[in-house]
Amino acid sequence: MDFSLSEERRILRDTAARFIRDSYPIRLRHASTASEPGFSRAMWSQFAELGLIGALLPASVGGYGGAGEDLTVVMEEIGRGLVVEPFLATAVLGAGLIAEAGSDAQKTMLAEVIAGTQLLTFAHGEPEGRYSLAEICTAAVRSGKGWTLTGRKAVVANGDSADMLIVSARVSGAPTDENGLALFLLDPSLPGIARRGYASVDGGRAAEIELDGVTVGDAALIGPPGGACPVIERTIGRGVLALCAEALGAMETCRDMTIDYLRTRTQFGAPLGTFQALQHRMVDLCLEIEQARSIVILAAGKLEAPRAERERTLSAAKNLVGRVGRLVAEETIQLHGGIAMTWEYALPHYAKRLTMIDHQLGDADHHLERFIAFSSTA
Amino acid sequence: MDMNFTAAEIAFRDEVRAFLKNALPNWLSAKVKSGKRLKKQDRETWHAALNDRGWLASAWPVEHGGPGWTPVQKHIFEGECVAAGAPGIVPFGLAMFAPVLIKFGSDRQKAYYLPRILSGEDWWCQGYSEPGAGSDLASLKTRAIRDGDHYVVNGQKTWTTLGHYANRMFCLVKTDTRVKPQDGISFLLVDMESPGVTVRPIVTLDGEHEVNEVFLDNVRVPVRNLVGEENKGWTYAKYLLTHERTGIAGVAFAKQGMAHLKRVAQDQKKDGRPLAHDPLFAARMAQVEIDLMAMETFNLRVVSAAAAGGAPGVESSLLKIKGTVIRQEITDLLRRAVGPYALPFTPEAFEEGYNQAPIGPDYAGPVASAYFNMRKLSIYGGSNEIQKNIVAKQMLRL
Ligand SMILES: Cc1cc2nc3c(=O)[nH]c(=O)nc-3n(C[C@H](O)[C@H](O)[C@H](O)COP(=O)(O)OP(=O)(O)OC[C@H]3O[C@@H](n4cnc5c(N)ncnc54)[C@H](O)[C@@H]3O)c2cc1C
Repeated sequence: MDFSLSEERRILRDTAARFIRDSYPIRLRHASTASEPGFSRAMWSQFAELGLIGALLPASVGGYGGAGEDLTVVMEEIGRGLVVEPFLATAVLGAGLIAEAGSDAQKTMLAEVIAGTQLLTFAHGEPEGRYSLAEICTAAVRSGKGWTLTGRKAVVANGDSADMLIVSARVSGAPTDENGLALFLLDPSLPGIARRGYASVDGGRAAEIELDGVTVGDAALIGPPGGACPVIERTIGRGVLALCAEALGAMETCRDMTIDYLRTRTQFGAPLGTFQALQHRMVDLCLEIEQARSIVILAAGKLEAPRAERERTLSAAKNLVGRVGRLVAEETIQLHGGIAMTWEYALPHYAKRLTMIDHQLGDADHHLERFIAFSSTA
Repeated sequence: MDMNFTAAEIAFRDEVRAFLKNALPNWLSAKVKSGKRLKKQDRETWHAALNDRGWLASAWPVEHGGPGWTPVQKHIFEGECVAAGAPGIVPFGLAMFAPVLIKFGSDRQKAYYLPRILSGEDWWCQGYSEPGAGSDLASLKTRAIRDGDHYVVNGQKTWTTLGHYANRMFCLVKTDTRVKPQDGISFLLVDMESPGVTVRPIVTLDGEHEVNEVFLDNVRVPVRNLVGEENKGWTYAKYLLTHERTGIAGVAFAKQGMAHLKRVAQDQKKDGRPLAHDPLFAARMAQVEIDLMAMETFNLRVVSAAAAGGAPGVESSLLKIKGTVIRQEITDLLRRAVGPYALPFTPEAFEEGYNQAPIGPDYAGPVASAYFNMRKLSIYGGSNEIQKNIVAKQMLRL
């Protein structure tokens, strides 16, 4: 066995880490989140130049990686630096769907994604659907030579600024059927599409998207109509892995900041870190973060495994990361005291991101149930 | 043993309910219940309504304008107010400063300040914490040096809650640096309008403004603003900590939070049925509810002991720990309950008069912000770790 990173991935990690450390101070992040479109397109271009977008996609579509470990190496640094640029929406989910199931013509778009000039998002979840993968009510109805789409999509990551939307819709079956789903690539300026963008608690951006009789041709279809569920599941699985790795990076930053603080903050004539009650709390955190790192490694290694094993492991990871993320967010705030309640201090922004990761692509409870369901078939 | 309220207590509860029905405006309770931001004026409106009825200073002795309630009556009153959606009573003047003044202040000070607290003329803030003195409050550095019939005060206070509303601040200052820290502290009253006082906002992690930094730069404070004796301030500050803290568990807030959580879980759907019927989520809610039931009884035990004359001591620390943990747990379940709709951050929607359609269900808007804001419960008022130190020392003698 060998858990060490390959030479290429070490270089990838170091490149990402160095760039983010040197060029992505938190005040820049705050400035980006406070202006349109909620992140910096110039920064996005720099990430593209460094190859961080391409690293998330396979060579078959012009990328230079795309395996589980590529995802985790990059996303961990994204989390460590609290990066708000749309890695998840564009590079993992949007581009992931096209790489997986898109036509050759659609795949040509990925060159622009990798170059940082095309932003995508996956508009999937719906207002009543919570975290369900297949509970899709947005309808796609055959009309003449094309399709007419009607429905609502909820809390779509970076849905307000994406250049193209990938929308899931139902062509047949009951609202929770796994069969009967289709994916459409839509230009958001099409008649009938309304987007309401807003900020999210963690400094990100999202949108409510309404589709009111949007008409498109067959060319907009990604993959066969009715059979999209496996593609969606695999791509969301990649998203889950990406989020887990991002959370891991954020947790480690929280840990490091808190250890530093315990060493330097003095009360009662001694550094806080000399109080045993706090030492043990910190040790518990470090232990749980090692657990999180371990399950992220495990999940990365299972990204190409057969379905039940893959999904079971990904859900295990998201569950554990959800639990540990909450612990790290709450405990590192508490161990800091009042200072961590302020906007000016970086730590609470990490804590907010960590907490909100639990609200994306399924929370700890959702994945606990999925883990149980897939365990009985694995 | 009798765990029921007496007939007189039930009659009192009904009287409180009738009062709340009349005196608490619907617009105000609606604002509180929907998690809207309260203005200074909103709080003053409610204080004035209570004062008209003689119920504002629930813990004061009758001779100073208190209603003369038993601890059980106080408990009933607090519970009914929260349940009705009344704004919380701002504690700094009424519940923190006044008890110290009543116990240790001069007659002149009492005659001057107490009526002004009731009338709302004075808004007090608490100037204890400093950047370097949080849990270790005695290490505070703000210096007051005697100069004729004034003190000249220099230093910095921080975390001053609603200091931007206040015209007065009661604070702890250092008047003797040669003795051990606790013996050189005095309790001083500062007029916030004095030259040399600067209040700067601290924005909290949820983007809100409730706390401040207060800079004191050669502020001249008349010696008559000293409470009690010079260098005895630590004793006075500690007195407050042992004074009637039966409300510290926040049982009423926890119960209201629990009821709200249940409504949200009933409305939220998971796999097509109410989240409240989902076995996993139902179990999580039940667990907290069981803890809350026990804590309510624990709290009543302490209230009843206080009614029999036993001042609650270290039990307050236990109640503070459990109460804050339960309240934080409820905010955690609320954020989970709303699923992806915990993400939208729309602070503009917390403002009165905001009339755009909410993003997602209307109750989802404030839950994530509240979850983060409520982290403060286990930090302030003596952090939970400090409470545990107190329990270990005073109760367990470890
Ligand atoms: C929202 C908010 C409002 C506030 N309002 C006011 C106000 O109006 N007026 C005012 O004067 N103050 C106010 N405070 C300040 C509050 O009382 C302090 O934050 C609190 O005393 C903790 O101090 P600290 O933040 O400096 O943390 P620190 O004292 O630095 O503590 C950091 C961490 O170490 C732990 N710790 C410290 N010492 C020990 C020990 N010996 N053993 C074990 N653990 C220990 C603490 O529990 C905490 O987890 C407010 C604070 C907040 C967050």
